[in-house]
Amino acid sequence: MESTEDIRAAVLKYVKAEYLEDDDQEINFDTALISGGIVDSFSMVSLKRFLENRYKIQIPDDKATPESFDSVNKIASLVETFAAGKV
Amino acid sequence: MAFTNPVREHYQKDLDALRAAGIFKVERYIHSAQAADIEVEFPAGAPLKRVINMCANNYLGLSSHPEVIQAARTGLDTRGYGMSSVRFTCGTQDIHRELERRMTEFLGTEDTILFPSCMDANAGVFEAILDESDVMISDRLVHASIVDGIRLCKAQRDTFKHANMEHLEEKLKLHSDKRLMVVITDGVFSMDGDTPPLDTMAALCEKYGAMLFVDESHSSGFIGKTGRGTHEKYGVVGKIDIITTTFGKALGGASGGCVSGRKEIVELCRQKARPYLFSNTIAPVVVSGVLRVLDLLSKSTELRDKLERNAAYWRKGLTEAGFVLKNGDTPIVPVMLFNAKLAQDFSRDLFDEGIYAIGFFFPVVPKGQARIRTQLSAAHETHHLDKALAAFIKVGKKYGILGKTKDEIVAMYGL
Repeated sequence: MESTEDIRAAVLKYVKAEYLEDDDQEINFDTALISGGIVDSFSMVSLKRFLENRYKIQIPDDKATPESFDSVNKIASLVETFAAGKV
Repeated sequence: MAFTNPVREHYQKDLDALRAAGIFKVERYIHSAQAADIEVEFPAGAPLKRVINMCANNYLGLSSHPEVIQAARTGLDTRGYGMSSVRFTCGTQDIHRELERRMTEFLGTEDTILFPSCMDANAGVFEAILDESDVMISDRLVHASIVDGIRLCKAQRDTFKHANMEHLEEKLKLHSDKRLMVVITDGVFSMDGDTPPLDTMAALCEKYGAMLFVDESHSSGFIGKTGRGTHEKYGVVGKIDIITTTFGKALGGASGGCVSGRKEIVELCRQKARPYLFSNTIAPVVVSGVLRVLDLLSKSTELRDKLERNAAYWRKGLTEAGFVLKNGDTPIVPVMLFNAKLAQDFSRDLFDEGIYAIGFFFPVVPKGQARIRTQLSAAHETHHLDKALAAFIKVGKKYGILGKTKDEIVAMYGL
């Protein structure tokens, strides 16, 4: 399993490539992705699929909420929870 | 009575939250027919004010066209007021089928089915033709009615960056294992006024075996040399598998919409699309009006040509005055102000100057992209546009934004 830092870096890289329209838009680990209007609830699907494929986990739909996907930090902690089999 | 005080308070809190967030919508009552000049009561109870309408979808000025009104009157006399039935019981008249035939011809498709609105067409079409084995790949800025249609459908979902063909191709590759793929876009995006490269999209769809869906609500009647829509502009008439459009904008402006495209898809909608099955279709009076609109548009391109000239004149005037605009060549011309409060204040001041144009801000457009969306009409004469431009310049000077870049406006007012 990757370290927390590595998960954060991978998620941030994916979010930048997949969602940002503007190259100079700055985001960090705490930037609000869903509530900040960067990722809409529809587009969240591709992020969920990326996490499931990369980390070989299954995130049930009721856990893939806008709240739990709202920042890179929250996503990394969700990934760690599922990867550790805590849910 | 179950509507107890706590229930009332619950809803009151929701409404208060909208007010506190500055996104509570208030209607403005228009006391005249839809036109370039209208009489508006705003706020409620205020004396009527005559203003120039710069925010209607009345692109061709046909909402109050005498020939359309006369045709509607004739329809009322000969086919009555209502059908009191859904289509497949006893709610289909000869003119409904006639309008479907005429729209098929107008759009260059195989068949057409009417819906009570384009909102209903978009809400019903995907569920009727796709299931869990399929995927819908939509542009991230598609209209809310398409978003609802996608939500109602069990097919898998994905999105691509707005009008970004490289990203679309990645998604088509990613989903090539699905049974059916549908790529979904607007023809003209209503908030930005831009068009996606439909020729490239059609070629990509052909390459990867995907169907192409285009909502032409903000283009039917005026985009393309003869106003058939975005598919005409990009030379792909006959290559769009599913077109939805509305009669509530350029095509008379009353109500109603349709799905037009491959005949099997249209037939499946007739069998399975719930807004078609469980709602009355378009009233005879409106059908009669739209048929006359199609007569007018088939005879001459005069109205769409005038609209094109108006849009170019308006865009040039605003640009020379120093406003920041969204790029494009459609009659939707967004004046970018970036800050939500500035957009609201600007709109209010324009109204005081006799110009009716609305500010749009998050969540209708992305955060930090607040704007005044102006929409041109063939009903506008040069004097309307000159007066509107003078008002924009006066208000623009008041806020000190003329000649300023995005960064400078943001530095003054924030995002």
